[in-house]
Amino acid sequence: MASKSWLNFLTFFCGSLFGYFICSQLFSIFLGEQGDTQPSILHNDPHARHSDDSGHGHLEGQMDFNADVSQHTDENTDVSKKLYQKVKILCWVMTGPQNLEKKAKHVKATWAQRCNKVLFMSSEENIDFPAVGLKTKEGRDQLYWKTIKAFQYVHDHYLDDADWFMKADDDTYVVLDNLRWLLSKHDPEKPIYFGRRFKPYVKQGYMSGGAGYVLSKEALKRFVDAFKTDKCTHSSSIEDLALGRCMEILNVEAGDSRDTTGKETFHPFVPEHHLIRGYLPKTFWYWNYNYYPPVEGPGCCSDLAVSFHYVDPTTMYELEYLIYHLRPYGYLYRYQPALPANIGKEISEAYKNEDQKVKLGNP
Amino acid sequence: MFSESSSFLKGMMLGSIFCALITMLGHIRIGHGNRMHHHEHHHLQPINKEDILKISKDERMELSKSFRVYCIILVKPKDVSLWAAVKETWTKHCDKAEFFSSENVKVFESINMETDDMWMMMRKAYEYAFDKYKEQYNWFFLARPTTFAIIENLKYFLFKKDQSRPFYLGHTIKSGDLEYVSMEGGIVLSIESMKRLNSLLSVPEKCPEQGGMIWKISEDKQLAVCLKYAGVFAENAEDSEGKYVFNTKSVGLYIKEAMNNQPQQVVEGCCSDMAVTFNGLTPNQMHVMMYGVYRLRAFGHIFNDALVFLPPNGSNND
Repeated sequence: MASKSWLNFLTFFCGSLFGYFICSQLFSIFLGEQGDTQPSILHNDPHARHSDDSGHGHLEGQMDFNADVSQHTDENTDVSKKLYQKVKILCWVMTGPQNLEKKAKHVKATWAQRCNKVLFMSSEENIDFPAVGLKTKEGRDQLYWKTIKAFQYVHDHYLDDADWFMKADDDTYVVLDNLRWLLSKHDPEKPIYFGRRFKPYVKQGYMSGGAGYVLSKEALKRFVDAFKTDKCTHSSSIEDLALGRCMEILNVEAGDSRDTTGKETFHPFVPEHHLIRGYLPKTFWYWNYNYYPPVEGPGCCSDLAVSFHYVDPTTMYELEYLIYHLRPYGYLYRYQPALPANIGKEISEAYKNEDQKVKLGNP
Repeated sequence: MFSESSSFLKGMMLGSIFCALITMLGHIRIGHGNRMHHHEHHHLQPINKEDILKISKDERMELSKSFRVYCIILVKPKDVSLWAAVKETWTKHCDKAEFFSSENVKVFESINMETDDMWMMMRKAYEYAFDKYKEQYNWFFLARPTTFAIIENLKYFLFKKDQSRPFYLGHTIKSGDLEYVSMEGGIVLSIESMKRLNSLLSVPEKCPEQGGMIWKISEDKQLAVCLKYAGVFAENAEDSEGKYVFNTKSVGLYIKEAMNNQPQQVVEGCCSDMAVTFNGLTPNQMHVMMYGVYRLRAFGHIFNDALVFLPPNGSNND
């Protein structure tokens, strides 16, 4: 009799422990925080494309630029605005129907708004997003064809609306202000293009597709013309290499996009992959591809970086926050790049009449 | 057999109910409300922009130099990789930074507190720091190596604050009647608070070495209890929009939360432009923050700041 009630008590006790455990697990799943680890996407092949994403589909976002005005009341954006007028950039973003809500939406909510004009290029038209329909198929082997058609579309509709034409992926983050600073020193009537320069296969090098590349107006004209006159081939499964080969045939110069201290500005990976020594294994293709001596650690990346690649939606917003919002108050940055000569002159002229102290030397 | 399974089931139900109650209570107490929720009292904000313009240039330089921040980082042997990252990154921007460890660690220099207990480490560190440096520093910032701090923004926040007053600030949490500064967001004490704290540390009734009877009270709560006896109260630091300036999570986590809660205004809903701390970073993320904060920026955006802070000597990642 006694042993039976003891057994009952024991099962009751076990039951309560079990119930407590299950319940606490459920609660921690419901209310728990996810670890802040980012997937390290190291593609073995420089021309590898992004694998189909597994559902980060619950993410949405748009950004209201005027929302946090009070945080920026001591910010002077005259130079930025001046460059916006002087260096007109049309951006087109390579995307697809599956990625409009998953990826392109976050590009639209962050850096894309700073282009003078932005177009989202997809295989099919989407009036609401909006996205241009290139009338191609989707897939890795279609990339070069999409690129050709996209540049053709831009040439046919917007040639006079911009000086420079930037191609980016829907997982590329571009800092338009820094791109304008880079391009302000160059003439868009010259046949030249910029990006992260790779050295294999093409004598003058070619630009990494994912890190984004930007063509001068003259380069765009020659590129579009090349397909009418069969100077370049249409078919290739490696978009950036094919474009690079074509550029060389057309005598479009592969420019040096590094900053005045020799640091790279276009980046084929996220900052972490470049800043952390040893992150990219020494056997990785990257070390043999870079046209200029590759650097890991703090010297990897210019203060005025232009682009990063393999940027997931969360990182898009993080970069936006770090670049355009968070800053160390009063800090005198080590790298003090010069204002483009003509811009500097125009701004000093404008301020002769105003009684305002503007520190031109601390951008 | 049947009676056993029914008693098991009854036990399970009781266990689940008990667990649910405890979880709910825990959440209500800590208060997982809207991040913008204002505490009833004690918000501190940085100086007004208009007031800044009234200060002359010379006065600004003098003022910039007048903030002397001493950083205390409490480390344990298991923190070694975070310790390395912290040493190579943000602590270089403290006027002085020292690491206080539970025991001697071969790889790095530290001040050995000879105790594993976090509260004891904290007390001894504060005693050491006050003893040695009370004449040289006027602000004392304590953190764990999981925290990344932007000392320039800390100084901006402290601008024009009268340090003869006892300040005790950071990211505050209310636990019952006690409002305390969370260790995770970093703890800031003015020299006056340090003075009062140190005079109390030797009084066992006011600052017991072992708080709590049933279970241990966390060290940040113990500090608050101790300081309360000295008339020093925790204050939450916020910017002009009410955003917290000391943060207990990483940027990425706040972004993810904003993507869920405010998808139309993700960056706006995330964090302050003048944030001082973030927490829960990996060593790699510390290096990325260093680049993202002190180097990566957009050309053509110029700021007219009231203070001037020069980059530290012998450093290449900032």
